[in-house]
Amino acid sequence: MDNNNHKEKQPLFHITKRNEMPVWQAMSVRVIAVMAALLLCMILSFILIGINPGKMLVSMITGSFGSQRRVWKFFKDLAVLLCISLAVTPAFRMKFWNIGAEGQTLIGCLASVACIINLGGKVSEPLLVIIMLAASLAAGAIWGLIPAIFKAIWDTNETLFTLMMNYIATFIVSYYLMVWTPSGSSTLGALKYGFLPVVFHNYFLLILVVVILTVLIYVYLNYSKHGYEISVVGESRRTALYIGINVKKVIVRTMALSGALCGLAGFLIVSALDHSITTNSVGGQGFTAIMVSWLAKFNPLAMAGTSALITFLNQGASQISTDFNIDSAFPNIIVGIIIFFIIGCEFFIYYKVNFRHKGKEAK
Amino acid sequence: MKKFLALVLALVMVLSLAACGEKKADNKNFKLGVILLHDEASTYDLNFINGVKDAAKALGLSDDQVIYKRNIEEGDACYEAAADLVDQGCKVVFADSFGHETYLLKAAKEFKNVQFCHATGTMAHTEKLDNFHNAFASIYEGRYLAGVAAGMKLKEMMAADSSVKPHIGYVGAFTYAEVISGYTSFYLGVKSIVPEVTMDVQFTGSWYDEIEEKNAAAALIDNGCVLISQHADSMGAPSVCEERNVPNVSYNGSTVNSCPNTFIVSSRIDWSPYFQYICKQTMEGKAIDTDWTGTIATGSVVLTDVNTKAAAAGTADKIKEVKAQLENGSLKVFNTANFTVEGAALSSYMADVDTDDAFTPDTEAVKDGFFHESEYRSAPYFNVNVDGINCLNAKY
Repeated sequence: MDNNNHKEKQPLFHITKRNEMPVWQAMSVRVIAVMAALLLCMILSFILIGINPGKMLVSMITGSFGSQRRVWKFFKDLAVLLCISLAVTPAFRMKFWNIGAEGQTLIGCLASVACIINLGGKVSEPLLVIIMLAASLAAGAIWGLIPAIFKAIWDTNETLFTLMMNYIATFIVSYYLMVWTPSGSSTLGALKYGFLPVVFHNYFLLILVVVILTVLIYVYLNYSKHGYEISVVGESRRTALYIGINVKKVIVRTMALSGALCGLAGFLIVSALDHSITTNSVGGQGFTAIMVSWLAKFNPLAMAGTSALITFLNQGASQISTDFNIDSAFPNIIVGIIIFFIIGCEFFIYYKVNFRHKGKEAK
Repeated sequence: MKKFLALVLALVMVLSLAACGEKKADNKNFKLGVILLHDEASTYDLNFINGVKDAAKALGLSDDQVIYKRNIEEGDACYEAAADLVDQGCKVVFADSFGHETYLLKAAKEFKNVQFCHATGTMAHTEKLDNFHNAFASIYEGRYLAGVAAGMKLKEMMAADSSVKPHIGYVGAFTYAEVISGYTSFYLGVKSIVPEVTMDVQFTGSWYDEIEEKNAAAALIDNGCVLISQHADSMGAPSVCEERNVPNVSYNGSTVNSCPNTFIVSSRIDWSPYFQYICKQTMEGKAIDTDWTGTIATGSVVLTDVNTKAAAAGTADKIKEVKAQLENGSLKVFNTANFTVEGAALSSYMADVDTDDAFTPDTEAVKDGFFHESEYRSAPYFNVNVDGINCLNAKY
């Protein structure tokens, strides 16, 4: 019956899944998307607030590469974001939607700061830093384990659970800030102990740690038995059960790893950068990391690229705000448009849009 | 000899020319860097931005002589921003948030040739660096004046309707001296007009949280507060007051555009005199005060225009009268005769003026019958719980 009415019912266009696109072709789609996004941004910036599109582009680039200091900052910001992105990836590969990286990282920060406040000056600096590292890893792991255990035993919804754990972490931090500042300001300020050793440059060790971590996670996910188990659980739990994988164990183990790596990021933020904590110490990077990981198709090496892109856009946006003396709303719109195009173009890489052909009869 | 003379003359000319050139270049090359915690969306930061703009206008600075860094977190990001501003040639770097202080201090220690100025901070007078300075204003005097305006309104409301109780509300950020000093001076201002007034204070635990501030204001109104003021940086409390038609005394600037029916008056610190001062001193190669307190006299503590639609009749005149008393010193806001603590007059109070890790009280602040606020350092240190003020959630 359908066949008879075929001609009249054919829609304007329909969508089909593509066969795998060659890498060069996929890359060129992405480049075109970025170009189109930039073009749109330039037109908008000119029409809406009358700024010179060329100057805007220059501003965006100098934001990350305008001086040696900014280049270091670029790689430092990239490294922190990449560290959290790497942390969420093992769980994502398992299709465990952990959106609690923000809280897991923050609780890692808190653990490090708690060590500084209670042990600073009482034990030697190197020992303090090691204790901080251990405490942050443990705190992050525990924050990841709680939802994982609930998931493994009672099959609770991990997305909601991990999200709520973020708020709990934030309020625990608020609480301790009150306890630690009797003056009532809830502002701790930079503490005097617990500094990550400075090698070559303030940020060098932090960046090096994340580079090594990237390689380790890549190897772990692609060439280890654990990595294989994670992939199988992600593909199909039944298959995993069938081939004798202990699914609960894999979930719990992987979330502990994810949480611990977030804890590591928290440790790095405290020991190498802030030496303090606020409720905003992670600054939403726990959520940005989800996008970074997803855009890179959960490939740790590609994540270096996607983190670089996001960092570049963020620094560019704040530079535009500074150079053109405007509030941060418009630069953020620009970043939003570019990211939207980048995510949107993935659709065209995996799917094909077929338009109705006049005169041609579809098979 | 002639050759030598010619050489000397030539040298003198070149040097004097160079000196001339330098002096001119000083003002043209001068750059001010401003680090902001948020951007224009926050009334707190907007107040600083407006202060910088006014100062730049008064000094004839061009747009590219002022560089703003917006949304700078209270962490290493503040140090980075400061260092980047120094790279761009700023001679003075200013940061506006309390939590920026330790990170700005780090930059001050590294870049000795640049002046670092920090609003609301407490550490400059104990750190004793040549290039690190704190500033604040005696805003408690402005709060007191705003309180007088609120008192006038309350009196009018009570006269018009005998069921109105003298009970007002205040939305505060933290139980921190800056906030306590602010709401107490506001309360004393109201009390000078309506002696039997009581005030509830609800804290939000954040300097900027629009939803929490809305909730706090709504809760206070539900508990029978007939007039609201606030010390928090969003439009939360004023907008709820407008919705519920409850009179509001604002802070940081006028909210009359969004709240035409309920806005009475707002006190604010005008930072323009301070920005002018630090820029001038630096251009002329003079030292900046380690700890600077703006006053009504320096034009740093100001009130916006009174909104006659909401305020009681004669408010503007009354403010003028009280302001004159504050200026000539005949009226002290924290006169111990005007308030009691746990039923007794305050005869002695040790304030924590010098910042240390243990927050030890170190300075006697009550002398000659009044509490000496903003005298021993610019940032407020009055944190006494005065009778008549009821803190609903003092945990923060």
